[in-house]
Amino acid sequence: MSDALKELGGFIEARRPECVVGWEVALGELTVEIAPSNIRTLIEWLKTEPTCRFTTLIDITAVDWPARAKRFDVVYHFLSMHQNHRIRLRAQVREEDIVPSITAVHPSANWFEREVFDMFGILFSGHPDLRRILTDYGFRGHPLRKDFPTTGYTEVRYDEAEKRVVYEPVSLVQEYRQFDFMSPWEGADYVLPGDEKQTEGTK
Amino acid sequence: MTGANTAGPDREVATQNLNRELTDKGFLLTSTEDIINWARTGSLHWMTFGLACCAVEMMHTSMPRYDAERFGVAPRASPRQSDVMIVAGTLTNKMAPALRKVYDQMPEPRYVISMGSCANGGGYYHYSYSVVRGCDRVIPVDVYVPGCPPTAEALLYGIMALQRKIRRTGTLTR
Repeated sequence: MSDALKELGGFIEARRPECVVGWEVALGELTVEIAPSNIRTLIEWLKTEPTCRFTTLIDITAVDWPARAKRFDVVYHFLSMHQNHRIRLRAQVREEDIVPSITAVHPSANWFEREVFDMFGILFSGHPDLRRILTDYGFRGHPLRKDFPTTGYTEVRYDEAEKRVVYEPVSLVQEYRQFDFMSPWEGADYVLPGDEKQTEGTK
Repeated sequence: MTGANTAGPDREVATQNLNRELTDKGFLLTSTEDIINWARTGSLHWMTFGLACCAVEMMHTSMPRYDAERFGVAPRASPRQSDVMIVAGTLTNKMAPALRKVYDQMPEPRYVISMGSCANGGGYYHYSYSVVRGCDRVIPVDVYVPGCPPTAEALLYGIMALQRKIRRTGTLTR
C-alpha cells in the first residue's frame, strides 16, 4: 500500500511540479504539500487524470498555527473509488490570503468551504455563497482560531421585560478551569504512590 | 400464564367502593380540583424537543419496555397540542430563540422537563462559546432530570415527579 502511495506521490510531483511543494507518506497516508494559488487546476487534474481519478471529496478543513507567518493549513482529503487511493492535500496560507474555491470542480465543497470560512475566517474566491454555516446569526469571530476564547464573548438569556432572547457579555458563574492536557500515560511526569517499587525491583 | 384466567374480582378497596357508589347512585361526587388534576396528570402530552443524544433515550421512554403511554403521556408533534415540553439535549445559542418561540406557542397550563446535563446546566459544554448554560435561562423549568444521558427509566421517573408536582400544586392558583 505504502509503495503504491510513494509511486503516486512521485507521479503527481513529476507531472505537476509547479503545484507540488513536497510530499510524504506517513502512517500509511499520502500527504502532498501544495501551493495555494494552483489549487483549482491541480484538483481538476487529479479528478480527471486516469491514474489518479480522485473523484470523491471527503473533507476540507484547516489548521491554525498562530506562531507561523503563513498561519493556516488548508487541508483537502480526496478518495479515488477507481484506484482505491486516498490523498491529503495541504496548503499553507496567510491570514489575509484568499484561497481559490473548488466548488466548480467539486460541488460538495460548497458547505465545507463555508465551514472553513466560519471556523477560521479563511476567504475563498469564486464561492457562490460564502457565509457562515454553523455559528449563531450575527456571530462574531472565528471559533477554531487559537486566539478565540473557549467561552466566546456573548451568552444568551430570555429577557422577561423585552419578551425576547437577548445577548449579553459572558459572565461565568463558575470560574473557568485550566487543564494541563498532559496524558498520565505519555506527557506528564506524575509520581503515583507505589511506582517507585517497580524501579527498585528491576535493580 | 398459559392456563385459564384465574384472577378473581378486583380486590382493590378504593375501586370497589367507587364501583359500589356508582352502581348505587349512578354518579360520583368529587371536587372540581380533583377532577381537573386527574385529567391533567392523566393526559400529559409531551412535545418532543429532541436536540441531541438524550432524544434517543426519550424515544425509549415511549417504546414498549417503559411504555410512557400507560401514564397517558403521548408524544405530540405540535406545540399547540401539547402540555409538557421535554428539552432533551444541548441547547445552543442559535436554537434558543426557536425554543422560546415554541414554548410560547404552547397553551396554558404548560410544563417543562429539562432532560440531561446539557439542558440542566450546559453540562459537558458549559464553557463553550455556542451553548446556553442551562435551558432555564430561556424558559422556566419544572423538573430537572440529571444524567448524561438519563436512562429511559430516569425520564419516566421525571414524568411521574411532574405529575406529583401538578397534583400538589393545585389547579386554580398556578
